[in-house]
This record gives sequence, C-alpha cells and structure tokens, in this order.
Amino acid sequence: MATSISARGSDPGSATPDRPDRTPPGSSPRQAWRSRLYRWDTKGSPYVFVAPFFLVFAVFGLFPLLYTGWLSFHQVSLYNVDQSTWVGLKNYTDLFTGPASHFFWNALWNTITLGILSTVPQLMIAIGLAHLLNYQLRARSFFRTALLAPYATSVAAATLVFALIFSPESGMANWFLGLFGMDPVAWEAGSWTSQFAISVIVTWRWTGYNALIYLAAMQAVPGDLYEAAALDGANRWKQFLNVTVPALRPTILFTAVVSTIGATQLFGEPFLFGGQSGHQGGTANQYETLGVFMYDQGFRNSMLGRASAIAWTMFALLLLIGLVNALIARRLRKSQ
Amino acid sequence: MTSKAPSAPVDATPPARRRLRSRKQGAGRQHHAGPLTYVVLIVVALASLFPLYWTLVAASTDTHAVVSTPPPLLPGGNLFKNLNYVWHNAGGRGMGVALLNSTLVASSVTIGTVAFSLLAGFAFAKLRFPGRGVMMGLVLATLAVPAQLSVVPLFILMKNLGQGNHLSALILPSLVTAFGVFFMRQYLVQALPTELLEAARMDGANSLRVVWHVVVPIARPAMAVLGMLTFVQSWNDFLWPIIAMNGSSNPTVQVALAGLGTGWSTDWSVIMAGALIGTVPLLVVFLLFGKHIVGGIAQGAVKG
Repeated sequence: MATSISARGSDPGSATPDRPDRTPPGSSPRQAWRSRLYRWDTKGSPYVFVAPFFLVFAVFGLFPLLYTGWLSFHQVSLYNVDQSTWVGLKNYTDLFTGPASHFFWNALWNTITLGILSTVPQLMIAIGLAHLLNYQLRARSFFRTALLAPYATSVAAATLVFALIFSPESGMANWFLGLFGMDPVAWEAGSWTSQFAISVIVTWRWTGYNALIYLAAMQAVPGDLYEAAALDGANRWKQFLNVTVPALRPTILFTAVVSTIGATQLFGEPFLFGGQSGHQGGTANQYETLGVFMYDQGFRNSMLGRASAIAWTMFALLLLIGLVNALIARRLRKSQ
Repeated sequence: MTSKAPSAPVDATPPARRRLRSRKQGAGRQHHAGPLTYVVLIVVALASLFPLYWTLVAASTDTHAVVSTPPPLLPGGNLFKNLNYVWHNAGGRGMGVALLNSTLVASSVTIGTVAFSLLAGFAFAKLRFPGRGVMMGLVLATLAVPAQLSVVPLFILMKNLGQGNHLSALILPSLVTAFGVFFMRQYLVQALPTELLEAARMDGANSLRVVWHVVVPIARPAMAVLGMLTFVQSWNDFLWPIIAMNGSSNPTVQVALAGLGTGWSTDWSVIMAGALIGTVPLLVVFLLFGKHIVGGIAQGAVKG
C-alpha cells in the first residue's frame, strides 16, 4: 500500500498538462494540436485501459447477476426462454418448505458435509506436507512437481479415474481392502462412503496446490524467530506449533476461504462420479450438492426460475461465509 | 516460552530484498530432512502420480482386464487401438476435434485475460484518475460472485444470440477476470519504477508506446505466470461448458469426457483413453513450465 501512495505523488500523468515546454505560447497550430492530443491521451488512457474489464464484466457478470435475481421470481421453461410468468416468491418457498424442500435441504446438507470432508483434511495434510518440503531436501523439485501434478488434471478426467478405482464390483480400492481381508465397500451406493470417495477426488486434486501456497508463506518467516524459539528450548514440534502456524495465520485463513468457496460450488465431481445416476447426485441423491441440484432443476427438469432461486440462495450462502470470515479475521487481528 | 513469536507481525508482501534476506536467514535454520520425511514424501508423491499412471494402464487394456482381480499394474497392448477409437468417435466428432476446440478456447481466453489484465492492472497500479478507488473496489467485489449465478442468464443470452453450441459462448464470458487484474496490479505496483514511466513520458511517448515499450517488458514474468494459471483454469472449466455445449457435436475436451463418463455403456478402457488424451497436453505444458507455475501459485496466493 505504501508504494501506491508514493506512486501517486510522482504520477506521470498529473505533471504533464502544465509543463510549459510542451505548449510554448505562440507555437504553431500543429504543435498546439499535438499537445492537445497529448493531454487527451493522458486523461483518457486510464479509462481506455480499464474499459475492457468493465465492459465484459457488465455484459457477462453484472447483467447475469441481476437477471438471475429477476428470473428467480418467474417460471421459465428451458425450451421457451422468452416466455416467463411472474410467480413471486414461489420458487423460494418451493425450495424451503414446498415440494422441492426435501431435495433442497438434502443438497444443502450434502454440500456442508462434503465441504467439511474435503476441505479440513486437505488443508491439514497440505500444511504438514509444506512443513516437510521446507526441510533441506534432495530431489526437491521432483516432489514439488509430483505434488502439483493433480492440479493440472481436469475435474472430468480425475473423477472418471477415481470412479473406476472406486467401482463397486472389482475396483482397485476394493481389491486393496481385500488384501487386508476386508469386505468390498459399496462406494457409490452408500451415503458416507460415496461422500468419502468424492472428497478423496477433491483432496487429491487440491492438496499439492495448497501445500505450495503454505510452503511459500513458510519461507517468508524470518529465521531468527526459530533461533529464538530454539534458544528458549522449543523442540521442532513446538516450533511448528508456536512459530510456523501463528506466522501462517493469514495464509491459512486465505486458503480456508478459497477452499470453502470452492466447496460451496462443488459440481463436477458429484456430477460425474455416479455415471448415469450422477445427474441427480447418486441413485438416492446421497451426494447431490447444491450445484448439481441447480443443474438438475434448471437444465434437466427445465425449471430455470427455480434454478435461478437456487443460484441466489448459493450466493447468499457465500456472502454469509464472507461475513463470518471477515469477523474471524478481525478477531484474529485483535488477538495479535 | 516462545512468547515473542506470535506477536511478530508477518508482512504478507515483503519487498523483494527483504524476502531474499529472510530466505538466506532461513537457510541457516533449515534442518536436513530425515529418512522418515523422505518416506512420507515418497508415499504422497506416489499417491499423487498413481491415478495418472493408472489412467495409462487402464487405457492400454480392454474392458475385462480393467476390472479383473487382481487389477493389472502394467500397461497392456491396446493403447493405440483405444486412443484411435476415442480420437475418432468420442463426443460426436471425436476427441481430436475436442482437443482442438479446447486448445482454441483456452488460448483465446488466456490471451484476452493477460492483455486486459495487464492494461487494467497497469492503470490501477500507476495511473491516477478520478474514480480509481471505486473502480478497484468494484473489481475486488466481483471476486465473490460465483459462476452458478450467471449460467441461466448466459444460457438464455447465448440462445437468443444464436451462439449456443458455438465456441465463442465459452470464450467471450471468460475474457476478463478480477483475479487477473488484481494479480497484475499487485505485481506492477512493486516491479514498475515510476521514474521509468516519467522518463518515457518526458520523451514524448504516448500511452500505448509506454505500455508496449516500458510496461510489457517489465511485466513479462507476471504475464507468463498469469497466462499459465489462466490456461489451466480455462482448459479445466466444467460447469459453463457442460451447459453451453450440452449435446453438442462440437464439444471441448471436458464436455466430451463427461459424455463418455455418463453414457450407458461403460467401456472403461475407452473412457480412460479419453481421459488420457484430455490430461496429457496439460501435463506436458505443466512439466515444461512447472517451475514458473509453482512460483506463480506462491506469488498469487501470498500476495492475494
């Protein structure tokens, strides 16, 4: 922030208009024209530079945001999108207490349990891995690249591979359990088992990514903090708890927020995990998330108004998470 | 015992020089990894890489072999047969077309995002103009808007414009990201000396010349990082493509893969061949530029 203030003081644009050598009195018309052009350029170019962002965002971000809100009070068919009937709050009451409420609350609950199952272990493993990667290592870049490779895999490819690994009849996971004399698990059909399997996919894809974020933050911790802790007689575990973790607090908060937002919008993994039954998040909707529910209602059951209401409910949920996060951040800042 | 430690403030954006120094200090306290560390890291690395290897194994066998007990652990002889099949048959016109489409979409999105983020990031970092603070606030506020909120109206919009099933439906909405603008701004605030801009201005360079001859050369590393992150993200985008391209004969890789996975027949070795084709290009890019991506993730996250 300090740099932006210093930049303001010596701004390239603000100094130019009143620079005398540019527009000497009695200069030729051509020079005057040029200096006017120059002034336009300085004044106008910032707006030209930021215009593409705001133009694209207005059309493809802001307009849809408001239009979704408008649509959520209407009944709209997928096949006749130009004809909409005003239904007031019906889409919302349908979700909360009406005919769709069973599926809505189920999807909300699944989003929460899947979110916890995939976020908490992921971040805890990531911070442990970052700690290990922070040691002086041989083959350091091999480990970093290997851990990050899943990040370069798409939701679709990753989910299909894991669906094969967790396939009920003779998938690799059940074969592996069988080696230890355990009975095969119905990964897809069970409620907790399917959610566990899906959270494994999420964790597999994102743990390395988060580990590298933590690693970067760890390397910015000044070494003398550790020396002081060591002089005080703290062993490595105590150093990790009392130096590393507190120093990483802002980063932990950042990754927690990003992961939570991602978990709230979880779609691809539960959509593809069950093959044909995936559109409803499993044969008994046992892993249907809000994202899948929205797709199902809007683009399979042709109820775009209800889908819009689900989207706005998700938005409200995200705002709530943002609010809680801001409160936690403030509390943390005060306690420091 | 370590009462000093928690009270030490951690600067999220240390100047480059301070970071270098602290890293040097850090090197002194870094312990050598013990054997247990290596064991854990090797196990985790194997867990990271195994599903990718298993994709290759499954893609090179046939349906019966994939689900046999014990499962095959070495590649079989059917790889090219399976690849050939999905290359020509998956998603209507084959995985080859899907690969081309994904490349086209991800490249366009990347070029647009990097260019527009550079321009806007430069303006927010170094130029002073009325409304700058409000506009930057607006950019940041858009970070919180989830993708689900825009899919229904975009679907209607594209349908009315006749862009359904057309690749531009995937490219146009993704041409800018708030993250990109923010990322570029954070980079240029520190990396671009204001004196250099003033000097160029004194020499009579107009804004475009300043951008091209001063800003672009300095921003090149950040452009590369943002470009790679954007390419990966665009390539792997799923929700909007599956809605915009539903039932399309002109799919992207992800849409074609989803079609393979949710079809009635589950010929796993063919599905895995498709997954292999969809994954390998990105993995190659990733291996070529891995170091930069690793650095970029760290940079974007710590500063973000």
